[in-house]
Amino acid sequence: MGTLLRVEDIHKKYGKEEVLKGVSFEMQKGDTKVVIGPSGTGKSTLLRCINRLTPADQGRVWLEDQEITHTRANINRIRSQIGFVFQSFNLFAHLTALGNVRIAPMKVKGMKKAEATALGMEELERVGLADKADAYPAELSGGQKQRVSIARALAMFPKLILFDEPTSALDPELIGEVLEVMVKLAKDGMTMLVVTHEMGFARAVADEIIFMEHGVVVEHGSPSQMFTNSKHARTGEFLNKISELYGETD
Amino acid sequence: MVFKWEWVGQLAQGLPLTLQITGLCIAIGIGLGVFLALGRVYGKRPLRWLCSAYIGFFRGTPLLVQLFIVYFGLPNWGIRLSAFTSGILALGLNTAAYQAEYFRGAIQAVRGGQMLAARSLGMSLFQAIRYVVLPQAFRLVLPSWSNEFILMIKYSSIVFTVTLLDLMGQGKRIASRNFKFFEVFIVVALYYLAIVFVVSTILRLIERRIRIPGLGAPGEPH
Repeated sequence: MGTLLRVEDIHKKYGKEEVLKGVSFEMQKGDTKVVIGPSGTGKSTLLRCINRLTPADQGRVWLEDQEITHTRANINRIRSQIGFVFQSFNLFAHLTALGNVRIAPMKVKGMKKAEATALGMEELERVGLADKADAYPAELSGGQKQRVSIARALAMFPKLILFDEPTSALDPELIGEVLEVMVKLAKDGMTMLVVTHEMGFARAVADEIIFMEHGVVVEHGSPSQMFTNSKHARTGEFLNKISELYGETD
Repeated sequence: MVFKWEWVGQLAQGLPLTLQITGLCIAIGIGLGVFLALGRVYGKRPLRWLCSAYIGFFRGTPLLVQLFIVYFGLPNWGIRLSAFTSGILALGLNTAAYQAEYFRGAIQAVRGGQMLAARSLGMSLFQAIRYVVLPQAFRLVLPSWSNEFILMIKYSSIVFTVTLLDLMGQGKRIASRNFKFFEVFIVVALYYLAIVFVVSTILRLIERRIRIPGLGAPGEPH
């Protein structure tokens, strides 16, 4: 199994503030990695630097053998291979659930409408929302919106999906349905990099937890290792606090 | 008060010209207006400045002055345009500036996350604008854009100053023969009122037809 994603020494400044101070890690195909850390430590920026929604100041990123950060990289082609799930969903407001899922296969990959429709329905089925195909985003609950946005990412057959706090904007009772979909994806072998505070999810499916603070990776390791004997006092402290706040159940 | 039915018929001869001029300059205005708006929002510096300067000039000077520059002024530079072409050009270039400002507002009202999501799926900037931003912006802009359309129906009447016989021109021709200015121009006014009524009804129907839940309906967040 080859390396799917390689992130090397990513730096990013906003004005004078250095949000990322040299972050590196690798992901193998099928990995689920969870990034945790206090807010403002650059977790979301890190995700955006990976598919260049935010350009990094320094450092390099590879998806398999394509260097994403190369100035002449075909960034649109590379992005089409990396799913991105936003905290605020960002479903296209003028399109139905089905419209949202099939538009990128049609416009980016040139798929025929009939074929894209079939694919769209399949992906909506996968997140349990086939019956909402004709609903507009404004007519969906937060949990449903996020599941549609996951289906939208899946319809591009991504090699990797980046999740940016996918459940943070949801009412507590809606978090479960989204996590359920994500757990299923992880078990199906999707490669996922997830920024989240959901420790239940991390424990259940993460191959590795990456703990970030102040723009650097403080520590990383398997969930059991991180929860029971973290090397840094700060990691244990944070994990305890977050587990208390968000609970252990999923 | 005297009223002659024949005026209605004579004025009707000016109706096609009024409709033509309004329709054509609105069409020019949409095309150029969208381009100017996109230039202002997404363009790099020289283009952005150019678009702003264009909009500033046409919004900052009287329409009548612009029309006179085109019709009476350009011939000094060897550019001779017919009265009709001059009217379309001046009105079209003018409304483009106003429409650009409406479009810009609507484009900027489309949430930033929409563009981000489109780009994250691999769409180019052009595709994201074409398939995600503009379809939403058009729905948002329709109510205020409709006002501009209505205004142009009425502003088109200034072309009578460059010898065109539109509704206004016909009215002036008839009234200056029989001196029944009051009566004739009341009929002219009713003609404009009827056009405005029909156009705004059609626009309202379109607005209702393309409405999408959660997008652009007044008072509803989008």
